[in-house]
Amino acid sequence: MSTATFLVQCLNAVQYGLLLFLVASGLTLIFGIMGVINLAHGSFYMLGAYLAFALAPWFGDWFLTRLVVGVALAAIFGYLLEWVFFSFLYERDHLQQVLLTYALILVFEELRSLAVGNDVHGVAAPGWLAGGFHLGGLMEYPWYRVFASAACLVVALALYAVVNRTRLGMMIRAGASNRDMVRGLGVDIRRLYRIVFAGGVALAALAGMIAAPLSSVYPGMGSSVLIICFVVVVIGGIGSITGALVASLLVGFVDTFGKVFFAEWSGVGVYVLMAVVLVWRPEGLMKRGF
Amino acid sequence: MASDAALVDAHAEVGALPDIGRREAGGWLVPAAAAVALAALPLVVSPYAQDLIVRIAIYAIFALSLELLVGATGLVSLGHAAFLGIGAYVTVLASGDSGASLALLVPLAMGGAAAYAIVVGALILRTRGVYFIMVTLAFAQMAYFVVHDTKAGGGSDGIFLYAKPTLAIGAQTLLDLGQRLPLYYTVLVMLVLTYAFIALLLGSRFGHALAGIRVNEQRMRAAGFSTTPYKLAAFVVAGALAGLAGLLLAVKDGAVNPELLSWHESGAVLLMLIFGGIGSLRGAVLGAVAFTLLKELFQSEALLGSLASHWQLTLGLTIIAFVAALPRGLIGLGARVRDLARGRAAGASP
Repeated sequence: MSTATFLVQCLNAVQYGLLLFLVASGLTLIFGIMGVINLAHGSFYMLGAYLAFALAPWFGDWFLTRLVVGVALAAIFGYLLEWVFFSFLYERDHLQQVLLTYALILVFEELRSLAVGNDVHGVAAPGWLAGGFHLGGLMEYPWYRVFASAACLVVALALYAVVNRTRLGMMIRAGASNRDMVRGLGVDIRRLYRIVFAGGVALAALAGMIAAPLSSVYPGMGSSVLIICFVVVVIGGIGSITGALVASLLVGFVDTFGKVFFAEWSGVGVYVLMAVVLVWRPEGLMKRGF
Repeated sequence: MASDAALVDAHAEVGALPDIGRREAGGWLVPAAAAVALAALPLVVSPYAQDLIVRIAIYAIFALSLELLVGATGLVSLGHAAFLGIGAYVTVLASGDSGASLALLVPLAMGGAAAYAIVVGALILRTRGVYFIMVTLAFAQMAYFVVHDTKAGGGSDGIFLYAKPTLAIGAQTLLDLGQRLPLYYTVLVMLVLTYAFIALLLGSRFGHALAGIRVNEQRMRAAGFSTTPYKLAAFVVAGALAGLAGLLLAVKDGAVNPELLSWHESGAVLLMLIFGGIGSLRGAVLGAVAFTLLKELFQSEALLGSLASHWQLTLGLTIIAFVAALPRGLIGLGARVRDLARGRAAGASP
């Protein structure tokens, strides 16, 4: 493997890992704070990708505006969904949460099929991000992928700042470590839940919108992301954002280089990683550390 | 005899929860009568209905095997389809082009599934609660990728089962599962055996220990039970029985594909349990009947017209309504109706 190829694969691994982080951070927060296991979280990623596709004709090359509008729509959707559906799940046991959110996936997939059909759609990257830069020899790395990594990194840093530096973040951290105590202290826990859920949906949808030009938009795209994100959450430790970041990058590297070195067995790599982590640390790399 | 005292304690507490060891109305009579009725059915129903019954009975075995984990031990697994799929793939791969004897295939399929269950169980039984759910899902997905991506697994198209298994003594063929009736009765016998085996298991000391683990694992451990071997044993037995269901499914369909191991299948079997009612073997069977018939109904174009092509929507909404309204399943329907009636009567009186 030449240095240039190696470099390109590293960039791909980071980009994939950061994208996973956006989805997994919402998943881990929703679980850590509300205690809800949400199988439908992958559907929000799908929602984002389809929003990118549906909004494309309206905004043309106004790519950033499109992202902002899409994320805002997703957040509103998440806020409403928590209100009409998820707020009824908190008191139920995990098994019922699994089944109800499983049913939600079926409903979302079928609504998607009714609204947009079952074809695979491409979404064009914006014109100002066309092309790429040269990495020695004939290798060219597309600007859009650089943008994707940078955007995810900015969002990850913003998330870190919100969780660690703001009053809302303080409530989130407190809620994750002792829910009942936070409620006892007079925090409006239902509003906090609604905000966290809307935030999680917005993050997943943003990941979907960013990924749309890279992976195209296709039925069932939520499921594969969901399961990899479960692996990320298990490796990182449930409820830990820092853990999710470390685990996302690990999974990104294992997956990308697995595809390079063991094409046929590449799908297994991340699960082997998870098995190793489970043997070493059954509670994940970071237990409630943020 | 500290440990026995713990068992008694655990058992006393179980009373409030759905108790799988509890004697159900009618005892053995109801399941036995149902089995006899099923045995007589091929005389009167169409081949299509026979096929449907075979499918339901196979899923009932699958659901019963999961009930041993979810209902009896309190371990919610979202990756049970892996064992179904492994049983099915082992059956097809071992049959090859020329077919194989059932006496060879049954131990192979169940053993293959059990072997994977030992490895996975040893890794994941250290985790609990929601971790357990995610990790079972992830390991099932790993098995899915193995059959989906490797050449031996036949890729996304799956593999055909060219020769159905037989059972022969010398040159005399006793059973040819390629024919409809022998398959029907074999599946029925397997269902009866599975049901009886799990019922006996749950009534034994081992089953009581599982109940204790479900109710309060900490306490069982404090009382001197090493709980992990019990949980691992339950996990492996459940895996092996799911492997048996996989064998039968592969024989019935005459082919396998990776979707057998997909998490949709794992979710579906959990749904069967909750449809029927967790904590009851009859509930597991009832749930398999209800779920399979419901899916058949929603996919039927004759009955639902164009809505049939969107069966996932109707199924999803039904599941949501069902889980919300009947968390204890069909088995709990009677109690639920009684509660409602009593509530109304109480509300009416001043």
